Formats: sequence, C-alpha cells, structure tokens
Amino acid sequence: MSLILETRGLSRIFSLPRAGFGKERAVRRAVVDVNLKVEEGARLGIVGESGSGKTTLAKLLLGLDTPSEGEVRFRGQAIPLADMHSFRRQVQVVFQDPRSSLNPRMQVGDIVREPLECLNVTENHDTRIIEVITEVGLPKDLVQRFPHELSGGQRQRVAIARALAPRPKVLIADEPVSALDVLVRDEILSLLADLTTNLGLTLILISHDLSVVARLCDDVVVMQHGTAVEKGKTMDVFRAPRHEFTKRLITAVPRLPGTK
Amino acid sequence: MLLEVRNLTVRFGSKTVVDGVSFDLEASSRLGIIGESGSGKTLTTLAIIGLLPETAKVSGSVTFEGQELLGLADRDFSAIRGNRIGMVFQEPLTALNPLMRVGKQIAQPLRNHQGVTLKEGLKRAMELCARVGLPDPDRIIRSYPHQLSGGQRQRIGLAIALACSPALLIADEPTTALDVTVQKEVLSLMNSLVAEEGSSLIFVSHDLPVVASITERVAVMQNGEIVELASVNSMFQDASHEYSRKLIQAARTSDAEFGHFTESPSA
Ligand SMILES: Nc1ncnc2c1ncn2[C@@H]1O[C@H](COP(=O)(O)OP(=O)(O)O)[C@@H](O)[C@H]1O
Ligand SMILES: Nc1ncnc2c1ncn2[C@@H]1O[C@H](COP(=O)(O)OP(=O)(O)O)[C@@H](O)[C@H]1O
Ligand SMILES: [Mg+2]
Ligand SMILES: [Mg+2]
Repeated sequence: MSLILETRGLSRIFSLPRAGFGKERAVRRAVVDVNLKVEEGARLGIVGESGSGKTTLAKLLLGLDTPSEGEVRFRGQAIPLADMHSFRRQVQVVFQDPRSSLNPRMQVGDIVREPLECLNVTENHDTRIIEVITEVGLPKDLVQRFPHELSGGQRQRVAIARALAPRPKVLIADEPVSALDVLVRDEILSLLADLTTNLGLTLILISHDLSVVARLCDDVVVMQHGTAVEKGKTMDVFRAPRHEFTKRLITAVPRLPGTK
Repeated sequence: MLLEVRNLTVRFGSKTVVDGVSFDLEASSRLGIIGESGSGKTLTTLAIIGLLPETAKVSGSVTFEGQELLGLADRDFSAIRGNRIGMVFQEPLTALNPLMRVGKQIAQPLRNHQGVTLKEGLKRAMELCARVGLPDPDRIIRSYPHQLSGGQRQRIGLAIALACSPALLIADEPTTALDVTVQKEVLSLMNSLVAEEGSSLIFVSHDLPVVASITERVAVMQNGEIVELASVNSMFQDASHEYSRKLIQAARTSDAEFGHFTESPSA
C-alpha cells in the first residue's frame, strides 16, 4: 500500500472581523494540527458535529484553500503541485447539496463535460460523458436535461458523474447524502460503495451521521473543535471509543425499538 | 377526543398537496408523522393551526376540544395558538424574533393569554428556562437569539410553546437542524416535558428512528396522503403499505449496520 494523501501539522485559522472599534481581531481555529495518512484504496470517514472543521479540512485536501500552518501532500509532494490540473484530475469532490453545486443553466451533459474540458482530459469527451452517466445508473438521454428537471437523487448522481469523469484516484464526498430522503440516501450510499470497489477509488467521506460512515468506511477520524481527537479502524473506534466525545457521539445515534 | 382531523385537503391551484387526511388524537397521546420531503407533513400541521399560506385552498374538518378550527376567524384562532396548541419548528432561529430578547419572547404567550404583567412574565420566563434545562436563566432571558446555540434556541422554542401548558404540542422536524448529541438532549427533554404536562404531541419528522423514539403511533405520508397509520410496534412487525415497508427496511439496514459496528458479537 502506498500513501496517496497525507496531512502534516495541518491548521487553518480564520481571522474574524473586529468585534468593535479598537477591539482585538478574533480568530477561529477551524482545523488544528491535523495529521492524517490516507493509503491508496482506503475508505476513510471523517465524522464530527457541525462546525468541527470537516468542510474546511476537505477544502484543504482539495487544494481549494491554503493552510495557515502545515501542509497537504499528494503522493509525497506538497500541494500546490506544479501541475495542479493533474492533481485536480486525480482528486475530485462531491458536495452536500447538488441543487447548489450544479449550474442550473447547464444541461447535464455539459455539467459532466466541464471538468473534462477545464482539466484538459485527452480522451473523447462525448464517449466519456455517456460512459460515466451510465456508470452512476442514469439513463443516457438525461444528458439533455437541466438540473431542475431531475429528482434530488438524480442530481446527486450527476454530481458524482461529474466528479468521476476525469477518472480520479481520490473521491472526497462532503455530506453527500445529508440533503436526501432516507430511501434515496440508501441508493446513493450503495452506489458510492459499488463505485469505490469497482473503480478502486480512495474515498474520503465526510458525514455527521455515524451510520453512514459505519456503512462505507474502514477507517474513521473523529473531529472536535478542529482537532482529530480519535482515529482508527471504524469498527475498533465504534466498539471501543477512547475519547469522551466519540462515546457521546456514538450513544446519541437514534436506534430502533427492540435494538439495544 | 382532543383532535379529530377529517378529510383534510389542501390545494394550491390545481395541485393537491394534502389529500383527504384523517386521524384522531386522544388527550395525552402522541402521533408521529413521517414521510419524504414534499409529502405534505408541514402543510398538514399548518392547516391544523390555521397558518397556511393565503394561496392555499383548504377543505375538510379539524375539530379541537370540540371546536371546528377550519375557517375560524383570526382573532379566535389567536386565542388557541400559543395557548391550547403550542408549536415548535425546525429552525428555531427563523421562528424567533431576532430583535427581541428571548425572555420577552417567552413571556409573550403568558401576557397574551393569561394577562400577566411583563415583570411577572419575565419571572415565569426564568422558571421556564430552568425547566427546559438552560443554565443561568438570568443571563439567558437577556440574550438575543443569535447569541445562543442551535440547541439553546430550540430549548427556548420549547419554553415558548409550553409556556401556557397547551393541550397539544405540534413539533415539525424540531431536531432536524441539530447535531446528533444535541438532538438526543432535546428529544429527551421534549419527552419528559410533554409527559409532565400531560400534553398530546404531533411529532413530524423524516427520520423513522427519531419518530419511533418519542411517539407510540405513526402516520406515514406519501404524496399528500396518509398511506398507513398504526402503532410503532405493529408497524415494525408488519407494515401493510409498500412504502412503509421500504422505510422500515431502510431504517433496519442502517441500524443493523451501525449495530454491527458498535456491538461486539460476544455481547
Ligand atoms: N471562511 C470562513 N471564515 C471564518 N470562519 C469560517 C470560515 N469557514 C469556516 N469557518 C468556521 O470554521 C469552523 C469550521 O467550519 P466547517 O469546516 O464548515 O465545519 P463543518 O464542516 O464540520 O460543519 C466553524 O466555526 C466555521 O464557522
Ligand atoms: N406556498 C406553496 N405554494 C405551492 N406549493 C407549495 C407551497 N408550500 C408547499 N407546497 C408544496 O406542497 C407539497 C407539500 O409540502 P410540505 O407540506 O412542506 O411537505 P413536507 O413537510 O412533507 O416536506 C410540496 O410539494 C411543496 O412543494
Ligand atoms: Mg460541513
Ligand atoms: Mg416539512
């Protein structure tokens, strides 16, 4: 196994607007000294409450934001790499709400075409679009539709297709099912599970929902106030959590009657 | 019977969004309403409390404490809302007035419905803060909503809803916007307050395990209709409608998966 992504002493500190004239400028430590090692093919879950720094961490991993301290390394090299196009082809993302992440004025086919063009992907774009649309379980004729003509689940499939189009090695999914209804959520999770297996993807899945991470991820990192307070094999961490906060998270998950 | 809903129908133009909904609610009993987004859960509750948008056309019948609520004049309704029927919504920040200190907002229903003075109202607000588990009520009542966390705001929402000891509490996705640890606290608080008050509860959610944890009966909505209404137990044993079965299956799968990861096989 080889390391594909790594963070070393990664921190992101935002400076907030002054609370008033002459007052000190306050700071928000969104990500604090996070050290992660992600092996190629791993399926890593990042859990934590809202505001714990999950999305900020995702943006740093994607090179969409610059660390205040520390670094992100992709295959041993610190980002930004000299060839960021190549990095972006290999590390792609799916966000929570496909309604806001898909351009409403673009047809599905063009949405999926965009990364192929922007990132100078050399294979035939039309062929690749149909291929990837099919791969995410959508009918081919959907390429001519607009996002608002699709259901929430279909829109999230389009967002996944767009991410997969340049044949990435790493897929980062930030709360990919949080905006979806239960039954649709199930379908998208199964799709993500199948895709990561079939394509040998490295998956970094961010969720506030522990059952989502239990279902998809072999490894887990627990974030609290920007810090990675616990990490390990998902089963080990969930069965024998060491950190107090992890214990609280696990016992708070609503369970069905008749289960303990 | 505390509440009888008969053939409740809500239309926007030619679109029927609540379609012939009927159910009963006895005093001190609880009903969950579950269904995917857009299935008509919120509009059902808004129709009951007379807060539908003006463009909505409503028909059927809603009888509460023997009184027909559909078509009730605004001023008669305001004697019921916040008094005999309390309400909590998903996003307490939008339900609260951002410009008013929360103490005054908790005191409002008491002043409106019980004619207490502002001073007495604020005193009662402090007691209510303590009851909903907010530490330091002195400071809380002087805060504005944005100075509080989401969980604290939802506790304030509960304090306002329960200020006049309503016979019925309607909660629409009250924990959906909260973190799971906060959700757990708010659910257990709501559970004990409703029990202490002897109020009835209508609890709307898209999350079956959450609904099952707080209600004894559940109505499943799809496309504006109640497709199944049964006790939580019998629903889990043998749901009769296809859609309820799917919901239960999905909840079971995810629960089992989580259970597999949290419980060691020997235990
Ligand atoms: N651009 C920004 N400026 C200031 N603060 C920010 C910014 N982005 C995020 N934050 C703050 O950083 C913290 C972590 O946010 P985020 O990474 O979005 O958390 P999560 O995704 O876990 O909910 C929060 O307190 C948030 O308010
Ligand atoms: N003001 C409105 N005008 C037209 N349609 C509406 C309006 N409000 C809600 N709807 C529609 O009514 C249906 C039911 O909505 P709602 O009761 O909010 O569903 P739920 O709470 O189950 O998610 C949805 O299809 C929604 O789009
Ligand atoms: Mg986030
Ligand atoms: Mg609703």
